[in-house]
Amino acid sequence: MNLRDLKKYILPFTLMAIIGFLIIAACGGAGGTTEAPESVPVSGDINEIAAARGLTPADVEAAVKTYTPTGMIDEYVMFSSGGHSGQLLVIGMPSMRLLKVVGVFTPEPWQGWGYGAKTTMEVLDEGKVDGEDVLWGDTHHPALSETEGEYDGEWVFINDKANARIAVIDLRDFETKQIVKNPIAVNDHGGTMVTPDTEWIIEGGQYAAPLGWEYASLEDYESEYRGMVTFWKFDRESGRIQYDQSFAMELPPYWQDLCDAGKLVSDGWVFCNSFNTEMATGGVESGNPPFEAGASQRDMDYMHIINFDKAIEVANAGQTEMVADFPVIPMQTAIDEGLLYFAPEPKSPHGVDISPGGEYMVVSGKLDPHVTTYSFEKVQAAIEAGGFETDDYGIPILAFDDVVESQVEVGLGPLHTQFGPDGYAYTSLFLEPAVARWTLGGPYEDLNEDPPWSLVTKTFVHYNVGHIAAAEGDTVSPDGKYLVSLNKWAIDRFKNVGPLLPQNFQLIDIGQPGTTMPLLYDMPIGIGEPHYAQIIKADKLEPWEVYPEIGWNPGTQSPDPNATMTGEERIERDGNNVDIYMTAVRSHFTPEHVEIKQGDHVTWHITNVERAYDATHGFSLPGYNINVSIEPGETASFEFDATHDGVFSYYCSEFCSALHLEMVGYMLVEP
Amino acid sequence: MSTSLDKIIGPRAPEEQQAEDHLRYRLPTIFFLVAVVLLIASVFLPYWQMTLQAPQYPKGLSVQAYIYKLTGDVREIDGLNHYIGMRPLAEAAQLERSLSIVAVSTLSLLIVAAIFIHTKYTVLLALPAILYPFIFLGDMYFWLRNFGLNLDPAAPLSSAIKPFIPPLLGVGKLAQFVTITEVKSGFYLASIASVCIIIGLYFHRRAYKPLVDSQIEAENQAEDEFEQEQ
Repeated sequence: MNLRDLKKYILPFTLMAIIGFLIIAACGGAGGTTEAPESVPVSGDINEIAAARGLTPADVEAAVKTYTPTGMIDEYVMFSSGGHSGQLLVIGMPSMRLLKVVGVFTPEPWQGWGYGAKTTMEVLDEGKVDGEDVLWGDTHHPALSETEGEYDGEWVFINDKANARIAVIDLRDFETKQIVKNPIAVNDHGGTMVTPDTEWIIEGGQYAAPLGWEYASLEDYESEYRGMVTFWKFDRESGRIQYDQSFAMELPPYWQDLCDAGKLVSDGWVFCNSFNTEMATGGVESGNPPFEAGASQRDMDYMHIINFDKAIEVANAGQTEMVADFPVIPMQTAIDEGLLYFAPEPKSPHGVDISPGGEYMVVSGKLDPHVTTYSFEKVQAAIEAGGFETDDYGIPILAFDDVVESQVEVGLGPLHTQFGPDGYAYTSLFLEPAVARWTLGGPYEDLNEDPPWSLVTKTFVHYNVGHIAAAEGDTVSPDGKYLVSLNKWAIDRFKNVGPLLPQNFQLIDIGQPGTTMPLLYDMPIGIGEPHYAQIIKADKLEPWEVYPEIGWNPGTQSPDPNATMTGEERIERDGNNVDIYMTAVRSHFTPEHVEIKQGDHVTWHITNVERAYDATHGFSLPGYNINVSIEPGETASFEFDATHDGVFSYYCSEFCSALHLEMVGYMLVEP
Repeated sequence: MSTSLDKIIGPRAPEEQQAEDHLRYRLPTIFFLVAVVLLIASVFLPYWQMTLQAPQYPKGLSVQAYIYKLTGDVREIDGLNHYIGMRPLAEAAQLERSLSIVAVSTLSLLIVAAIFIHTKYTVLLALPAILYPFIFLGDMYFWLRNFGLNLDPAAPLSSAIKPFIPPLLGVGKLAQFVTITEVKSGFYLASIASVCIIIGLYFHRRAYKPLVDSQIEAENQAEDEFEQEQ
């Protein structure tokens, strides 16, 4: 083969190779390279700044652990009750920045929650109590939905202690979708907790009363007053509590407090603590011991142990009585069917918390310096063994020594317990006030260096801690790292803002073992008195950036039949009924003139046709008390009777663009 | 005697010659077919892209022009453009987009036809496909100019933003927006197809020019002989 032949054969293939390369280069696009952040040495100025501000080295360390520069997203998100604000707080951690106040039981103007928009008014209407609006709530215990005992970031539930109501919040858009009023209870406390796959939401009662909002004299307390626990069936598909499939269980008139669902080995069981097993009825004004003394006489109250799987069977079999049209398993049925057992618990407890593996129930008797841990295995063995004593109502009582695994003396006023991934448990100590770290034993024994069932350390908090929340600290796999102490009193922690002080959320670093458990940061809560909070890994939350389609109804989470696209805007009149189909886009409403007559009934639909992240428009109609928030893609509807004549300028109430002030229109109501 | 159709189609290579040097006759076919494949593939890829960068759009906004459609943040860009009075992007090049698939199919068929034509007319068949990328850019420039120069004088920002010609390629600046316009993979494929056709034409000429020449020579010779006989 000569050179010419060789060239003849190579040239085409070379050309093909070049072309192939060009194709790959053209299609491949530019691949980005990620650079690892370099650690920058801290200059000497830091010391000067710290000295000038009076910061200790520990303060500087805490600052570095929590400071979150612009654009950095928090690692965790805390869902906290908003206390009597009736709302739900969403807080980023570790920065402790308030991200959102979700309107739940109380109208919230920014979100247009309860100021006209039908999807919001309908939910608030579900929360009516005996036909009356109750537009506040004493929110207590949020519960994130779980899948196999892990938070899944899809739903969050919260109760209103004051009115025994449960709310369902959809974490696709962080909006409340349902409020359910408990028909048999005036108020509650022990809600909300979910079963490991969120099939049920648990709502425990509190102050005993005749079930179903009936009257009975306090003379008849023992015979007529009752406690209760309600099990709400939740359906993920519809995102609603299924009222018709839910039921309650009648309990003695002890004051049931908090409940928790068993998990893993104890799945299918529910545990609630109680106090006032003395059945004190108060009446300090009549010379009786006040409740605070009367309800604190006995050294032991009763942990309620409920065979929940079996209770579902009993309820499904129709072995219930209707109270206020709601099925209730009578106490005697619960006894006969082996649904309910008691275990003595010291003393006036305020929390029953299940260990990550479900093996242990941890109870803190707030007037006893111990945390008492019960073994689920021992409880099962004791039930199996039989031969019980009973209380006055015939409910079997398991012997304390038969079911207790251990008691650890942690300090004064123990309340609530959370868990870490490393065999540590954390209990709030109201009186000290402090958060105690102590060790679990059994399967948790080898997870840390400290001896099992012993107090490890305490971190003092400011002041009067109630609940605590650790990162995913009540799930089957706690994360550790951070714990928040929800303190009731702030006293001197913040600049005085008058005699009503904010509460104080204190962030504690629980990422290091042993006695190291430093306080990192204080966050004042000036909106209500939060009770409980749950902390979820931020990346489990995947809410929508904008609604999935233009013309979305957040109430049904589906396209809205009144969705209006650009070009379809119109005003239709049928007699006195006027229907307005409007669009909102930066920076105008269409139509900008709405001419109606006094006495018309107006139904107004507005679709935000934006697809841009954060391009929310508000719609305010002064004079008619309308304020609606219309997020990108949303269709909002409201209606009213045009009772007052005059000229009303409606305007965008969410600063949307440079020409936001020009985003306005006139509603002319002709007399 | 050759008919006029034979004159356009040109000579076939004798089979013994094809067997002897098959690459010589296959190369033009290969390059033309590669060009056809690239052209058809380019339909499914964007030809041109405009990216807008502004502080309030951390991920940027972009619109991709395929030959038959626009994708990306068209709606959002239209929403912004209305402030300066620019018409919605979908109004641009409607005819071109509606004909584009037919046009590219036609270009491809012409190339396929060119494979079977062994005369200088091959160049005529191949020329539209060679020029096609330039036509695309020319048309794009026409519409950018048309849109940029015909702003609604009643738009909110008409006094701040005067009519302008958006850059066809490169980086521009408009209010708080940096605009980056660039050609994308579909355009590159179409351009490579052009190059392939040119290379194919070279090999085509190398393969068939001698045959055509010898045919003409033979015809001339025959004519001469005919004349001589007369």
